Amino acid sequence: MKKWLMGLLMVSMAAVLFGCSSGTSSTGEVSVLDDGAGEEAVKLKYWTFVELHGQHFQSMLKNWNEDHPDRQIKLEVTVMPYDDMHNKLSIALQTGQGAPDISDIEVGKFPDFLNGTPQLEPLNDVVEPYKESIVQSRLDLYTKDGTIYGLPTHVGAAVAFYNTEILEEAGVDYKSIVTWEDYKKAGMAVYEKTGKYMGTADTSAGWQLSMMLAQQGSDFTDAEGKPVVNSPEMIKGLDILKDLQKNNVLATIAGGQPDTEEAYGEFNTGNYASAMMPFWFMSRYVNYMPDLQGKIAIAPIPVIEQGMPPSYGGGGTGTVVTKQTKEAQLAKDFLAYAKLTLDANINIWNTLGFDPVNTELWTQEDITHNKDNKFVQYFQNNPFEVLNEIKDGISLIKSTPASPTINNELYTTTLNEIFENDRDVTEALNAAQSQIEQQLK
Amino acid sequence: MVKRFLYSQKAAPYVFVLPFVLVFLVFWLYPLASSVEMSFQKVMLGQSAQWVGFDNYAKLIDDSMFLKAVMNSVIYTVLTLVILIPLPMLFAVLINAKFMWGRELFKSVFFFPALTSVVVAGTIFRLMFGEMEGSLINSFLALFGVEPVKFLKGHVTGFIALLSLAVWRWMGVNILYFLAGLKNIPEDYYEAASIDGASTFQKFRHITIPLLKPTTIYVLTISIYAGMAMFVESLMLWNGNNSPQNIGLTIIGYLYRQGIEKNNLGFAATVGLVLLLVTMIINLTQLALSGLFRKES
Repeated sequence: MKKWLMGLLMVSMAAVLFGCSSGTSSTGEVSVLDDGAGEEAVKLKYWTFVELHGQHFQSMLKNWNEDHPDRQIKLEVTVMPYDDMHNKLSIALQTGQGAPDISDIEVGKFPDFLNGTPQLEPLNDVVEPYKESIVQSRLDLYTKDGTIYGLPTHVGAAVAFYNTEILEEAGVDYKSIVTWEDYKKAGMAVYEKTGKYMGTADTSAGWQLSMMLAQQGSDFTDAEGKPVVNSPEMIKGLDILKDLQKNNVLATIAGGQPDTEEAYGEFNTGNYASAMMPFWFMSRYVNYMPDLQGKIAIAPIPVIEQGMPPSYGGGGTGTVVTKQTKEAQLAKDFLAYAKLTLDANINIWNTLGFDPVNTELWTQEDITHNKDNKFVQYFQNNPFEVLNEIKDGISLIKSTPASPTINNELYTTTLNEIFENDRDVTEALNAAQSQIEQQLK
Repeated sequence: MVKRFLYSQKAAPYVFVLPFVLVFLVFWLYPLASSVEMSFQKVMLGQSAQWVGFDNYAKLIDDSMFLKAVMNSVIYTVLTLVILIPLPMLFAVLINAKFMWGRELFKSVFFFPALTSVVVAGTIFRLMFGEMEGSLINSFLALFGVEPVKFLKGHVTGFIALLSLAVWRWMGVNILYFLAGLKNIPEDYYEAASIDGASTFQKFRHITIPLLKPTTIYVLTISIYAGMAMFVESLMLWNGNNSPQNIGLTIIGYLYRQGIEKNNLGFAATVGLVLLLVTMIINLTQLALSGLFRKES
């Protein structure tokens, strides 16, 4: 055999061997933000599963670089799908390499990252200056043994969104809906007159369950954090929803819940007249349902009995600084700047349409009623009027180490059994409870 | 020195098998050994692993979700075997037949899907089997007056979607295996059979099938492995690892859920080892029954 051929063969073998290990970067959309950053700027990596969060960081980055000429930052933003991002982050933290400096972690997944010794930087020192004005319960979500590991983005107060065009066609006034009984009557009228459904029966998410539990002062877990998904409150809540489905008030939706691409399409076409979702769902209307502009009104969610708390803080994203960063202090300072300052919260409202955690802003009419704001323009009534109305009735649904297991069972199996296969509510919940206990053993 | 080494007849075989041995040691034996170790441990983020004895195995035994995953994988494997062995064999014989025109065209058309990425194919199939009226399959069914079906939410319909994807993708590959096998059957046998007055079916039954046996065994073995290890198809079809009521949960999907999504790598290692054991038992039995280990006479 020719010598050069032999050499080539050896090289190609080596290439095959080591080709696999060469640095393939994480998939997903990567973009580097360097607004106002000079040559000296430090590059930080940021992972998120919501494209819009990157936009918020972009505007905050510009301000930061202007205010801190000697501590400038370039931000490399990677947007990945929800599951992908969390799984990659989990592997990176587990193996000790490949994690970004800053990352978003969704509240439902957060407890997984607090298992054992969290591989995240404590943020207590940078939170301290803002503690007074931040909604405490939102910090609690990301705290373990008194150490804060994540900074919240929003309160996520759940509200009702009504499509008034459909309701008017059926002769229903959304303002008269106070209890679920009222909602049922309205929904039956809507179905009868328009053939459309009043709302969705969710099978792949727990917004509706959280809403029902919060109204009754209950939760998915008891005081010790043990799962209690077959509690009388849960059964009652699901019975109400099931009854609504039987009366054609609710129907299951493609995608399984309102916050999916398939469902945006269904809403945009006007097939469902209402959604009970956390405040941040506003941004989905504005960004993904353009046809509904001017047709959506916001109101408090109906209650089981008058006087019950009408809302809870739903969903949420804790932004963390990982232990693998080489610039911990810089990343932490920037994070607090981008999420907790009044400016940051104004920007969160303006670009993301979230209910900011800094409550100082809720009463500043020049910002909340700003006519140039796209969210103010989109909806019929001002979102902050509803927010201030329900302010004292926003309960907390806890996120515990058992939550990921509970969520997984309820939103893949139980709700599908109940709403798609018509399984008895109590029976399905008992099965879920024993399955969850088994999984947590 | 280098030259002597390169031209040495004694060293050459070792040099040639070295890449395989290295890959085997680094990417197979080491992970396997480390999985065995981990299956007896509780592995937690940022902490050193704790030894927990047989706890993971005990947990696995009463885990109904694991049982469901095993059932799903087994049913999927059996159905792919039932479809993806006889049909490709038949198609290969047809393509190979003398009267066949457009032979190369059929070969490439059947093989084409194997070249697409599962990720793309899975996404397209998810859209095709969507539950809305406008999705491809549902609008096709509507021509016959069938109401829209929620394909990806039911056990049976979900499997129809999953199997369509598998059949679409692997049919061509298996056809190629069988075509290669057919080329090895000497023409003389068929001629001799014709002279003896054998019908086409008799020739197929008594010449083609027996002589294709080595190919069939090979296809069977890799199909069992592929079926039991199926994961990406399900992941893409349901846009994530969590299908409604876990209708698409496979053993690997369960391993992924426990190890990666729930950060419980010790338990996931146990799942992986049990999977290895199950597939080994099935395949060794199958190979022993088909006589592969018998000494050549």
